[in-house]
Amino acid sequence: MAGKHVTIDPITRLEGHGKIDIFLDDHGDVVDAFLQIPELRGFERFCVGRPAEDMPNLTSRICGVCPEAHHMASAKALDALFHADPPPTARKLRELFYCIFFATDHTTHFYALGGPDFVMGPDAPKEERNILGVIRKVGMDIAGKVLKMRADGHGLIKMIGGRAVHPNWALPGGVSRGITEEQRQEIERLGRDAVEFGRFSLQLFQQIVLGNKEYVKLITSDAFTHRTYNMGTVDAANRVNFYDGMIRITGPDGREHARYHPREYREYIAEHVEPWSYLKFPFLKKVGWRGFVDGEDSGLYKATPLSRLNAADGMATPLAQKEYDRMYEALGGKPVHHTLATHWARLIELLYAAERWVELATDPEITGKDYRVLPTQTPDEGVGSVEAPRGTLTHHYWTDERGILTRVNLIVGTTNNYAPINLSVKSAAQALIRKGTVVTEGLLNKVEMAFRAYDPCFGCATHYLPGRMPLTIVIRSQDGRAIRRIRRDADGTALETFQ
Amino acid sequence: MSEGGKDKGKLAIYWAASCGGCEISILAINEKILDVAGAFDIVFCPCIMDTKARDIEKMPDQAIDVCLFNGSIRTSEQEYMARLLRRKSKVLVAFGSCAGEGCIPGLANLTNREEIFDACYRENPSTENPDRAVPVPDTRVNGFHLTLPVFYDTVRTLGQTVEVDYYLPGCPPEAPRIWEALVAILEGKLPPRGSVIGAQTTVCDECPRTREEKKIKAFKRTWEVIPDEGKCLLEQGLLCCGPATRAGCGALCPQVNSPCIGCYGPNAGVEDFGCRMMTALASVIDSKDPDEIERIIQQGIPDPVGTFYRFSLARSLLRRAALIPDAQRHELPLPKASEGRST
Repeated sequence: MAGKHVTIDPITRLEGHGKIDIFLDDHGDVVDAFLQIPELRGFERFCVGRPAEDMPNLTSRICGVCPEAHHMASAKALDALFHADPPPTARKLRELFYCIFFATDHTTHFYALGGPDFVMGPDAPKEERNILGVIRKVGMDIAGKVLKMRADGHGLIKMIGGRAVHPNWALPGGVSRGITEEQRQEIERLGRDAVEFGRFSLQLFQQIVLGNKEYVKLITSDAFTHRTYNMGTVDAANRVNFYDGMIRITGPDGREHARYHPREYREYIAEHVEPWSYLKFPFLKKVGWRGFVDGEDSGLYKATPLSRLNAADGMATPLAQKEYDRMYEALGGKPVHHTLATHWARLIELLYAAERWVELATDPEITGKDYRVLPTQTPDEGVGSVEAPRGTLTHHYWTDERGILTRVNLIVGTTNNYAPINLSVKSAAQALIRKGTVVTEGLLNKVEMAFRAYDPCFGCATHYLPGRMPLTIVIRSQDGRAIRRIRRDADGTALETFQ
Repeated sequence: MSEGGKDKGKLAIYWAASCGGCEISILAINEKILDVAGAFDIVFCPCIMDTKARDIEKMPDQAIDVCLFNGSIRTSEQEYMARLLRRKSKVLVAFGSCAGEGCIPGLANLTNREEIFDACYRENPSTENPDRAVPVPDTRVNGFHLTLPVFYDTVRTLGQTVEVDYYLPGCPPEAPRIWEALVAILEGKLPPRGSVIGAQTTVCDECPRTREEKKIKAFKRTWEVIPDEGKCLLEQGLLCCGPATRAGCGALCPQVNSPCIGCYGPNAGVEDFGCRMMTALASVIDSKDPDEIERIIQQGIPDPVGTFYRFSLARSLLRRAALIPDAQRHELPLPKASEGRST
């Protein structure tokens, strides 16, 4: 096979950096695209031999951007492993902490990472399409709201969990410390601000994005549409929940494929290995691995904010439910398979997280002193699961009778979406590279947008100023010689050099 | 970012095998990040800008004034970047626990590559892998060549890979300590090369809990006891690492009723964290009977390595005796070492 080889490196991290390789045939059309993850650290092996109770602290080091998710999934796995059911105050405190984290994390993603494409428009001048452009367009007043929301969230996470990065708080059977009435009042006050912020964000999205037919066309375009299964955690009434519930999977047609307790995950989920990446590819076991294709017969599924909404029957809070109905009405009913609608779903989740935060902060039990039980039974095996912002997170531990780990299995948020992200990257590349013609700015933007919608953790670090995904695309001849180089500077300027 | 900054210092920030928490902590210096931008041109930082290794390769040696390097060295690519940035930087700072002492991912040195591949790919409880495939450095897919960095057997610290000028401890370093270190660098008020930039006291010195005489008949695991919120956790039998751990965090964990886990590394003047911690514990065991002491340790400390070397195994005295340079084994093309820099 002749043709060219396009490399995009790095696209920053999951556990390290990512790299996209795009292969062209001798007509210059895209044959295939691969998103490679070039790093592994081996937590599943080196945690073996450790005391199980260390796991919430050990596994938070998997990710310094969402350590709260690992801390919580781990604590829940320990509840099961030690047979220690946390008292209601403990469960509510954990969920409160978790909703604060979710609202904060979603804010960061929407305003700094995913948002600029929409707020500024994908065809806006490139130097405007970043967080600074957003601030200029929407005004400093709004920028101040965003910064306040983030600072409030991080402050409360530290107040409740002890530390802003890598909390040391959750234990088997509960948490290490409760909250005082004074703290509760502060949490409630900031929670009410967060609800207003969530409403405001959805108004902004509707005004800027939905008011523009071009955006709606882009969201619903084929290049950004994949008909896969969807996964999410639901409560007893099949409404979205981040902290606890059953795992529900719906098919590309929206019908329920499975609804199971997280501890049964291995009956429904399996992981596939490819020799070209250190990251595995989860798929639905009962459907099977069919490679990188979508549709009913392929076991690929997504676990994103949009997937959670697709897999649920609704939201558990009133304002979020209204927005949920509004989104499906606007996009032609459930399920929605347009990857870019994930941004909309993320804002609906932000509003839900804020509403739930206030509900929990005003719960009479939240300041209770009964926030921990001591385990009395012999530890053996436990599964813990939460919805991480980037997908369903599962921790599974086995121990000996002293609670020393003998086996560990982890399926982390972004991993669920690894195969669909590959599909999205390939579709975007196929739409933009035809007969060897590379649409310079279009390729940079739309390949970025394709995976940015997932908020993949290897994009975590790009949440920050200047909010651009740094990219270089190198087009090589088959002998590996670089013949054309496209790069973008930090200010968003695209530079192209021929060699 | 590099334009118009001829008089400013050049700053590089890089990550190797790490979690991203160090970057989050750097950003938590909040509005002071603007002062950093005023004092430095950021010439390399893959998390925010599009400068590539090849751009760094083209720079003259020592063109970067300060490089903050976080993460340990786990793959060939990370080793390459460590050597390259050493050569190009006047001051190289091992930033955070991973770069400085290996951190929690350094516990992987209790095992090796094959065992890690078994656990993740070949014998993983949710993986379907009949061909027992594992990631390999070179693959052919549809006739095209895909490459991956080599995954090493051993986690090494930055200081075990290249010469390090300063260490900034913590997992992650707390934002106020980062700011203090940057100010020290800007003002040239630095300790001797090779030093840790940090406090000379321990977490116990920062801890608000009341201490009396420590005498322990049994160590407790965290799930076995609900500790009193005002009293020293070690006196209550919990394995609090405060006595061996450098101050700097403000004793955050003890303030939420959790024992210190030692993320700030050994306190000033201590080479090996585990030795210091074991010494501290030995002095509080309330027994002179060797059998009873043995029982107290066996029952209360079931994982001594993971407890005493939770963050520091890769750098500790227990580290692997023979640290074979992986790059030699894998014939990695390495940047030419500048004089007296690389190790």
